[in-house]
Amino acid sequence: METVLALLSGVLTACAVWLMLSGNLLRFLFGLLLLSNGVNLAIFAAGRLTEGAPPLLGSGGTLPGHEMANSLPQALLLTAIVIGFGLFAFALGLTIRAYRAFGHLNVDRMRLAEPEDDK
Amino acid sequence: MSWTLALPILVPFCAAAAAFLLRNRRGSGWISVLGAVASVVLAIRLLLAVVENGVIATQMSAWDAPFGITLAADYLSAAMVLITAIISLGVSVWAMAEVGQISTRMGWHGLFQTLIGGVTGAFLTGDLFNLYVWFEVLLISSFGLLVIGGQRKAVDGAVKYVTLNLISTVLFLCAAGLTYGATGTLNMADLHAAVAAHPDQGLMTVIAMMFMFGFGLKAAVFPLFFWLPASYHTPHYAVSAVFAGLLTKVGVYALMRVFTLIFVGDQGYTHEILLWVACLTMLSGVLGAAAQSDFRKILSFHIVSQIGYMVLGLALMTPLALMGGVFYLLHHIIVKANLFLIAGVSRRLTGSSDLYAIGGLYRSAPLLGVLFLIPAFSLAGFPPLSGFWAKYVLVKASLDLGAWLVAFVALLTGLLTIFSMTKIWAEAFWKPHPDGRQPALSTIPPRQRLLLLSPVIALALMTVVIGLFPQPFVDFATVAAEQLLDPSAYIATVLPAGEAP
Repeated sequence: METVLALLSGVLTACAVWLMLSGNLLRFLFGLLLLSNGVNLAIFAAGRLTEGAPPLLGSGGTLPGHEMANSLPQALLLTAIVIGFGLFAFALGLTIRAYRAFGHLNVDRMRLAEPEDDK
Repeated sequence: MSWTLALPILVPFCAAAAAFLLRNRRGSGWISVLGAVASVVLAIRLLLAVVENGVIATQMSAWDAPFGITLAADYLSAAMVLITAIISLGVSVWAMAEVGQISTRMGWHGLFQTLIGGVTGAFLTGDLFNLYVWFEVLLISSFGLLVIGGQRKAVDGAVKYVTLNLISTVLFLCAAGLTYGATGTLNMADLHAAVAAHPDQGLMTVIAMMFMFGFGLKAAVFPLFFWLPASYHTPHYAVSAVFAGLLTKVGVYALMRVFTLIFVGDQGYTHEILLWVACLTMLSGVLGAAAQSDFRKILSFHIVSQIGYMVLGLALMTPLALMGGVFYLLHHIIVKANLFLIAGVSRRLTGSSDLYAIGGLYRSAPLLGVLFLIPAFSLAGFPPLSGFWAKYVLVKASLDLGAWLVAFVALLTGLLTIFSMTKIWAEAFWKPHPDGRQPALSTIPPRQRLLLLSPVIALALMTVVIGLFPQPFVDFATVAAEQLLDPSAYIATVLPAGEAP
């Protein structure tokens, strides 16, 4: 299972890099979204995978006899997903604003703050 | 749980909430100023507690470390918190005269205090994932501050700032997740032993490099600094000032913390890279500045070159070098924020920040000229200002190690800094205004003049005081460096007694 997740994470990252290098702001954002999901999967896999073993205590607070899932990576992931969602929403808003301001989304042509003939 | 450590984080957030809710009332910005005053008082209290006890730590919700979230402060953290509060006070007062009604209505002051809260949290946390969260807090509020006032130029700058910083965030998160996967802990004090004891040191170095990339991008080191000169000259001057003073320094602080406390196993590799990065950062920043002709762009590039000095202190890893790095960090925040505030006043007087379109400031506003020279000379390292001692210590530390090339680069960068500062001086202050304007300070209404100049004067005074009486500050930085090099006190304070790390 770890192998599958690792490969998936790698594929996501590869796609992300390809998208991010395209020079279009919207594609860059989609790439970023893929990248953060790739990273999330990597963290998930790095936190050890256990099948069907929720980290719940038995009656009276006794520890179950078998190995339990580690809930901390999942908590980290949830936090990261929520934060990533907020940042992505902002970035998307910024993209719309940029499109309205410049009429295109080509990052190479956004030179307003750094004009080319800058001396 | 100790309130001494928690309050400096809580107060800015309370101020932020109040300022945001009352943003449509007149004078709502004063809430931000009030919050900043409280922050300064609490930061002084924290500093006194740290000086008394060495290191203090507390566990949130009373879960023992390494399971709960730790807040910890050593000399470096406490000093950074105090200086953050000072900059917060200075900039929030200055912003009262500069940030307009529209931006205030959009919640400028609330975002500003959130940013300060995030920065303070990053300095005080003792947990890697918590550090990530604080980075996000300050990042999202900095995004907001960057685009409020929404000129097209600011949107352009924000696109580059946002996209590149998001990449660094993803890498930081990945590194934190992998650290947990490999060691089973995220508490920084606990990680010190856990990383050293890990059987696969090669993996640890890989993770260390991911942290170096993530923090290095935030700190704007070579070759990751391109977002900084692309964006720092676009927003409000108050925003530029607080970004220039604090944001990149959070990255430097994180580098210092992680590469003295956690990843010290393979210094021949990691710190060697840091050394090269430091030298190239100094040079590329200062050379970039030489090619610019805009007041704020020159200053932005100088942030980059000065970051190099701080990273240099970390890279050399001797007590003297680290002391220099810490001293540099503290002195630089004051100087840089002040220079941006002065650039704002000069823009107000002359109507532009393009050096070829302005002039005559020395004749018509000599006070501003003097106020500019203090931080500018300090930045370039003239004795007896604070920058001189900072540079002197770092150059001495590199010479002690026999690193001639490094010392040479540091001195050369200082020399080229003088070149840029004289350029600003000659163009903006010395030559007459091209349109024949007489940009006198008396053209600004008295109340606004007071608000604009009092923070500038106060910060300039601090620079002079640190320069004339460096001994207490040097002693302080020495203890801070000792604590960084020997983290046993930090670890013993954070981790509960009796548990062998």
